[in-house]
Amino acid sequence: MSSTLRFYLDEIREGLAISFRAIASNKMRSALTTLGIIIGIVSVTLMGTAIEGLNRAFNKSIAALGSDVLYVQKWPWGGGQDWWTIRNRRDIRIEQAKAIERQSELASSVSPIIGTIANMHYNRRVLENGVVVGTGAEFLQTSAVNIAYGRFFTEGEADGGRPVCVIGTDISENLFPNENPLGKVIKVGTNAFRVIGVLEKQGNFLGMQSLDDRVYVPINRFFKEFISFRGGIDIWVKASSRENMDETKEEIRGIMRKARHLAPAQADDFAINQQDMLIQTFNAIGSVIAAVGLLITGLALFVGGIGIMNIMFVSVTERTREIGVRKAIGAPRRTILLQFLLESAALCLLGGIIGVIIAFPLSLIIDQVLPTAMPISVVAVALLVSIFVGVVSGLLPAYRASRLDPVEALRYE
Amino acid sequence: MAPIIKLQNITKVYQMGAEEVHALRGVTVEIQKNEYVAIMGPSGSGKSTLMNVIGCLDTPTSGLYELNATNVSDMNDNQLAKIRNKEIGFVFQTFNLLARSDVLHNVELPLIYGGVGSVERKQLARDAITRVGLGDRLHHKPNELSGGQRQRVAVARALVTNPSILLADEPTGNLDSKTGIEIMALFDTLHREGNTIILVTHEEDIAAHAHRKIRIRDGKVEHDELNRQRTIAEGSVAAA
Repeated sequence: MSSTLRFYLDEIREGLAISFRAIASNKMRSALTTLGIIIGIVSVTLMGTAIEGLNRAFNKSIAALGSDVLYVQKWPWGGGQDWWTIRNRRDIRIEQAKAIERQSELASSVSPIIGTIANMHYNRRVLENGVVVGTGAEFLQTSAVNIAYGRFFTEGEADGGRPVCVIGTDISENLFPNENPLGKVIKVGTNAFRVIGVLEKQGNFLGMQSLDDRVYVPINRFFKEFISFRGGIDIWVKASSRENMDETKEEIRGIMRKARHLAPAQADDFAINQQDMLIQTFNAIGSVIAAVGLLITGLALFVGGIGIMNIMFVSVTERTREIGVRKAIGAPRRTILLQFLLESAALCLLGGIIGVIIAFPLSLIIDQVLPTAMPISVVAVALLVSIFVGVVSGLLPAYRASRLDPVEALRYE
Repeated sequence: MAPIIKLQNITKVYQMGAEEVHALRGVTVEIQKNEYVAIMGPSGSGKSTLMNVIGCLDTPTSGLYELNATNVSDMNDNQLAKIRNKEIGFVFQTFNLLARSDVLHNVELPLIYGGVGSVERKQLARDAITRVGLGDRLHHKPNELSGGQRQRVAVARALVTNPSILLADEPTGNLDSKTGIEIMALFDTLHREGNTIILVTHEEDIAAHAHRKIRIRDGKVEHDELNRQRTIAEGSVAAA
């Protein structure tokens, strides 16, 4: 047993030694052939890195949505239904948020949400096109954001519609570069609000929309001051636990249907969205992007593999006589096959390693645009794939070599 | 004692396009252990084909070939490879060494294919190289050696597995006459040490080293005779 094992190890060692001698003695040719694999591996690993970046960006954004929060809205996420039907749905009203607050037993906190665009002013400083959000006192519980300093408004302030606000970091940085914003009065549109708190930085949502240029005001104040804005609200409902999300959803659905006076036969004219739906949608889109991207970059690798196959045929033909000698002194077919497979795999693995070494600094450039890092799994897969390409490309030439007739091979000039 | 090689009515037919070529037309030969045989014949006589069959590089179309009491006429590629590895040491006209490997590795190669462990292998290879007088050239590449030295390496490679027969195909064909004489002297020594040697050649003075000459013509044994001079000379040496 151990002697057969040793025999195979010797055979592999011999095959590897031959491969490296063969590669080293044809440096130019090996380099050019390997270039195809290098390009293939570079593009595949960079694509893998970019996909990783997309996933990270998404996961970071999705964290802004609580996994235990239900979003009662007019529009369902992910689409699917008729645009006009949804467009014509009745708006969701503040009374319905109140109904949920009163009746729900499974919800732990409820926030009505409404927003519009406004310019923010303080002294001579302006932040254009910020977002004003009207909400309730439980906003912090239903969102994933925390207060950096100061405080959020109380239930009393919210119900009373006090002119107070909590601002995002973009606003505090733009309007108060050198001042403590707490206690200062800013103008949102034409209306004055006193700053009582600043939120922590949140970043972008799906890389598009900043979550930090927002001003949060009591929703009752919002209705008073921004009367020009018509439209429904959203209701964010935090479930008491992640385990009973489905029950909570059903309960909310019942309350909403009752509050909106829907007959039993009528379909829901509102949507209850949750993070899972976005994840599903993203996964669907993400896997298509990944598949198409890897397919296209995989083509480069495929072309590289054809180059390897070509050069392996040349290598076999060149060394016909050597193969003849090896067979004459007792090399079985398997040994010859293994020798050329190893050579081809070694050539590709070399390309894979060089490819990864080149791709790594390039991934740092991608990182500047789309925060990412080359995952170790992508590196491992790239190296395995290059070995695989080597074995597949070498199979036909190696098989041909192993089947050579020793008499013919020895006679070959 | 059973012959080391027993060929019975061996034929070999090649298909050359539409034409059938009868390279061997019924060859029957027996060779005993420690014989020193020259196979001779003009080109196209079938002597190369006969050598390929004896060397297990090729199988006969019909007939029986027993090597060391084993029937090898119907063996497949891999079985033949094993037989070649164990039983036959080849010496070629063009040396056929691996150009990128040093002397030691070239001689080790049959042992690698034979599954001999590294330590034992290196020792056997060194011994064989010392026997052919190149003990100080272990790590030279073939292109750093003279023609005669290369052929000695090839002989060492043939010897290293301690095969039943040494099969030399025009071993002096690529050497000048002085070096050729040295190589033949080496074969003579190996024969005295008990090896069975088969020389394939068309040169009379090379064949003169052998104790028996088999002449092939048109795929048949035309002549099979003892080399009297040689046997008498050796006999007298032995007597003296």
